[in-house]
Amino acid sequence: MAHDNSYTGQKFEVVGNRFLRPDGVDKVTGRARYGADANAPGQLVGLVLRSPHAHAIIKKIDTSRAEKMPGVKAVITSEDLPDLTGGDAGMAQTLENCMARGRAMYDGHAVAAVAAVDRQTAKKALQAIKVTYKKLPHVTDVDEAMKPNAPVLHPWLFTAGVDPKPEKPSNVISRTQMGHGDPEAGFAEADVIVEKSYKTEQTHQGYIEPHACLASVTPDGQAELWVTTQGPFTYRSVCATLLGLDIAKLKVTSSEIGGGFGGKTHVWVEPLALALSRKANRPVKLVMTRDEVFRATGPTASTSIDVKIGAKKNGTITGATLELRYQGGAFVGMPWAQLACMTGFACYDIKNQRSVGWDVVVNRPKVAAYRAPSAPMAAYAVESTLDMVAEEIGMDPVNLRLKNVAKEGAQAPYGPIYGPIGIEAALKAVKKHPHMKAKLKKGQGRGVACGFWFNIGGQTCVDLNIGTDGTVNLAVGTVDVGGARASMGMIAAEELGISYDDIKVVVADTASLGHNDTTEGSRGTFSSGMATIFAARDAINVLKERAAKMLDVPVEDIAWEKGEAKAVGKRYSNLPKLSLKEIARKSPNTGGPIAGHNEVVADGAGMGFAAHIVDVEVDEETGLSKILRYTVVQDAGKAIHPDYVEGQMQGAAVQGIGWALNEEYVYGKDGRLENPGFLDYRIPVASDLPFIDTKILEIPNPNHPYGIRGVGETSIVPPLGAIGNAIANATGVRMTHAPMSPVRVLDALDEAAGMDQKVSAG
Amino acid sequence: MSDAVLVTTKVNGDVVEYACPTDEVLLDSLRDRVGLTGVKEGCGTGDCGACSVTIDGQLVCACLVLGVEADGREIGTVEGMAEEGELHPLQQKFIEHAALQCGICTPGFLVAAKALLDKNPKPSENEIRYALAGNLCRCTGYDKIIRAVQDAAKDMRKSRKR
Amino acid sequence: MRYESPATTKEAVALLAKEKGEAHVLAGGTDLLVRMKSGLTEPALVVDIKRIPDMTTIKTTQSGFKIGAAVSGAQLSDHKALCKAWPGVVEATNLIGSDQIQGRATMVGNLCNASPAADSVPAMIAAGAKAVIVGKGKRRTVPVEKVVTGPGTTSLKRGEVIEAITLPKPAKRTGDAYLRFTPRTEMDIAVVGVGISLSIERGVVKKAKVCLGAVAPTAIVVPGAARALVGSKLDDKALDKLAAACSRACNPIDDKRGTAAYRTRVAGVLARRAAKIAYQRAGGAA
Repeated sequence: MAHDNSYTGQKFEVVGNRFLRPDGVDKVTGRARYGADANAPGQLVGLVLRSPHAHAIIKKIDTSRAEKMPGVKAVITSEDLPDLTGGDAGMAQTLENCMARGRAMYDGHAVAAVAAVDRQTAKKALQAIKVTYKKLPHVTDVDEAMKPNAPVLHPWLFTAGVDPKPEKPSNVISRTQMGHGDPEAGFAEADVIVEKSYKTEQTHQGYIEPHACLASVTPDGQAELWVTTQGPFTYRSVCATLLGLDIAKLKVTSSEIGGGFGGKTHVWVEPLALALSRKANRPVKLVMTRDEVFRATGPTASTSIDVKIGAKKNGTITGATLELRYQGGAFVGMPWAQLACMTGFACYDIKNQRSVGWDVVVNRPKVAAYRAPSAPMAAYAVESTLDMVAEEIGMDPVNLRLKNVAKEGAQAPYGPIYGPIGIEAALKAVKKHPHMKAKLKKGQGRGVACGFWFNIGGQTCVDLNIGTDGTVNLAVGTVDVGGARASMGMIAAEELGISYDDIKVVVADTASLGHNDTTEGSRGTFSSGMATIFAARDAINVLKERAAKMLDVPVEDIAWEKGEAKAVGKRYSNLPKLSLKEIARKSPNTGGPIAGHNEVVADGAGMGFAAHIVDVEVDEETGLSKILRYTVVQDAGKAIHPDYVEGQMQGAAVQGIGWALNEEYVYGKDGRLENPGFLDYRIPVASDLPFIDTKILEIPNPNHPYGIRGVGETSIVPPLGAIGNAIANATGVRMTHAPMSPVRVLDALDEAAGMDQKVSAG
Repeated sequence: MSDAVLVTTKVNGDVVEYACPTDEVLLDSLRDRVGLTGVKEGCGTGDCGACSVTIDGQLVCACLVLGVEADGREIGTVEGMAEEGELHPLQQKFIEHAALQCGICTPGFLVAAKALLDKNPKPSENEIRYALAGNLCRCTGYDKIIRAVQDAAKDMRKSRKR
Repeated sequence: MRYESPATTKEAVALLAKEKGEAHVLAGGTDLLVRMKSGLTEPALVVDIKRIPDMTTIKTTQSGFKIGAAVSGAQLSDHKALCKAWPGVVEATNLIGSDQIQGRATMVGNLCNASPAADSVPAMIAAGAKAVIVGKGKRRTVPVEKVVTGPGTTSLKRGEVIEAITLPKPAKRTGDAYLRFTPRTEMDIAVVGVGISLSIERGVVKKAKVCLGAVAPTAIVVPGAARALVGSKLDDKALDKLAAACSRACNPIDDKRGTAAYRTRVAGVLARRAAKIAYQRAGGAA
């Protein structure tokens, strides 16, 4: 039955409260089972051998010694993973990223893998594999990779989207352009024009749980995969394709997930674990080390960006352009620069704008999504430049933003016309916030920046089953990355009109539920929330039918109110109300199990907008920046469980803070990653931070019954720009290279003071 | 192949025996031999705190201790925090304050926070932040974790007075 | 790998002397186990010294303190008299890693790991710490600055172990301090470290020792920096001279943690700040 997804302004009893999460006790007692916490009888330990070179031909892999070692049950190379992708270029790139095929494309690229009876034996076996490499020239910097004399990674790669078509291969995958109006005409109208170039370094999602899985393939072509993932159904279809398995015969169970942030949306070692298990005919457990996670899973793009913004003295932006160069690692994957083009100017109503994106390959690991992928870098460039425009025309930077803010009816950079959106309200809330009035001392500065993220919906499926005691099982197919089971339980309780405590939510495996798209794009609560509402409404219809039977009245006369069926009309005034529990108890005799199901392509994800305020203190002798105070204002559409909405806002902001100040991949001249660990890849620690204040705005999404918008990603977008603006406010110096680490800040201060020698010069 | 040794130790109050290779770390012994998978591995190099346990009451990273070193010592893990079916106040407050999202860092945070409160029942916000700096969390931005610890400390002081 | 946990220093020395393969002392293990995990070292023998009573205690002697080689950072910070006498040394050691690391990491391990960036080392050297080295039938005491010879190398001979670190009883009106620069507040390796100890009389610095870390292959004592302080009341001129002497003494490298130029500059900045703290601790007016 078709359901209407329109927002109705329904009053809530359950939603909006702060219930305890159902998986809380398991998680505080150590009982919750994550990727590495499952075991199977006879399981082997899998380990992967990785390239130490940034770019090299693999001349020979001699596995003979390893294969003969006692306790070694399987050794695989790319020969054990024949190309079954059938012309699907993207899938072929995924396969090659999982295991090098003749050429190692980056430091950390998998070359071979072993399965052995224990870790010690597997380690020895790895050491016994002899790989003969012939090193090739490499390139790891996006700007260098675009130069005509750069080493070309793929001889088959010809830039798409340029006219005329290139005759020679290069590292540039594609050029994309979007926008509207005439930026050049806009610049001609401008009183001031600011142009600036920026660079941002590569960062990693930094989830604390490394990738881990337990794979079991039997000779009859059946397989199981227990894995930490954001997308069990996607992992299933990708692994089935790469291994030549039937989709239905590969059961993927998503474990509790120890953080993902986009990094667990793609397969990395899972196909290898399955291939090892198939060859050894034993279950194989494969857990990545932290070093492998940094070197060989998907960090975000490093970028190089040019911005040009022209404005009138009254603050009206007359024209704006963006040129975005994003490296996506060694393979052709998502068009990251294209995504950036869509987001850069999204917070503003700019009549004349153009964004040009260049997607580029380099000898680094294949880039994956990282929370609002591609948006934070573009926003860093745009939000920094906006503050410079404000300074040029002598206008308050928040007022400048408000003057140009995108409202309902404005056109997004990528074409569509906005419906009701929350960025104006967010900026107004910022202006009113006490944080903006707090006094700053010498050496301290304040910055504000905005951020946008699309949010997505997608294929979703849930099952809602009512037990004979009236308690309810809800099976969802989006994974719970941060409290989603609580939110889904609350939504089901709201619809059914029963107690939250009577609902048990589970994340189903792929054999037990229809396809669900990966939990990405902040779609979990939006999509599964919508499907849960619809499934509950279906169940209510069944409940009403059963009640009608029990009361012996036509079903049309039954209404469902506050968890009870009631016959409506005077002639029924002597009939009792029937609670869900009563109807459930009788269900074996009234028609059998009571359930509700929903399969939906959740459309109309409401866009997410946020504005952040940050106070920073800069130690001008060392270049060290300290975050003194931080406030996040974000539109959630409707906060189902405010605690977990705040949690997303705080967590995203702090990831942005880490990116802004210290996090970066450091590659040596040899093309090897020098900091693949939490010691030198510096994510923020508790003592680096203040409390992160939050203000949730609720501007309903018209395309969701409850008004929900995704909230997970947007707040990683503003911090880089906000902190850059705060540093500029504190020191008078504009930072154009993120992270704005002490050495870079000191350099910028020196340069402003007229010193030539750079402390960053190696 | 590494030499294996028999280790007799006490884990969460129970006598436990296991045989492990001499070069195996306590983290692996606890997870793979004793079955305590609440002790998490985030890095294996002492940089994330997910494997925080106590040895004779002293907070350590189990990834930086050999399994054989546990012989004759007393080990405490997150699995031993709840007593007689009742959650430790820290465990309760972590749930109440939504101080966990993915929860992978939670066992380590709880063990470390308990070690702090055992030593310092009334820590300042700053003291809590520094004491927990060895525990990385990537989901929460630490905000609700710090609040949960503050609240648990308050409750524990109250119940001590009673 | 053989694992031994002897009960006496003598036994430990005998085990180490006898081993023909790679042998390591296991104190806190916070460096050794990381190196073993990454495959940088595959020892044939590991000698755990944490069951040797002499090595796990802090003794207060007539001449000062004797800190066993297996004493953890957490034990140091619990020792009130030591914290009062040499706050800089204790703080420096406590800066190594987290509370979890502090439960294990030792000053002697920090020293013998021989990283140029070791936090406790410049502080120990500035404070005049000595290492008690025990070999087969021999025992010698050397200033801490004589132990490390280069990155990852020490002057210890095969079969020799450091049993303890001694710290003198501080002279009256002595103060010490250690500061390091790291991008994060915790969980980092020093980009630059400065240890300073000084004694004053009527506000005038009479004696000083300045030692820098992470700016050369080993921690370096900077006599010129000490001279800049001696005779001063820590006025700006003396501090300028101190900073200049420190920066001049630097011989750093560029690496992922910092550039040579940055280290050189910040060595001077931190020296000024550390000197002020030491001076205040010695009883000088801030």
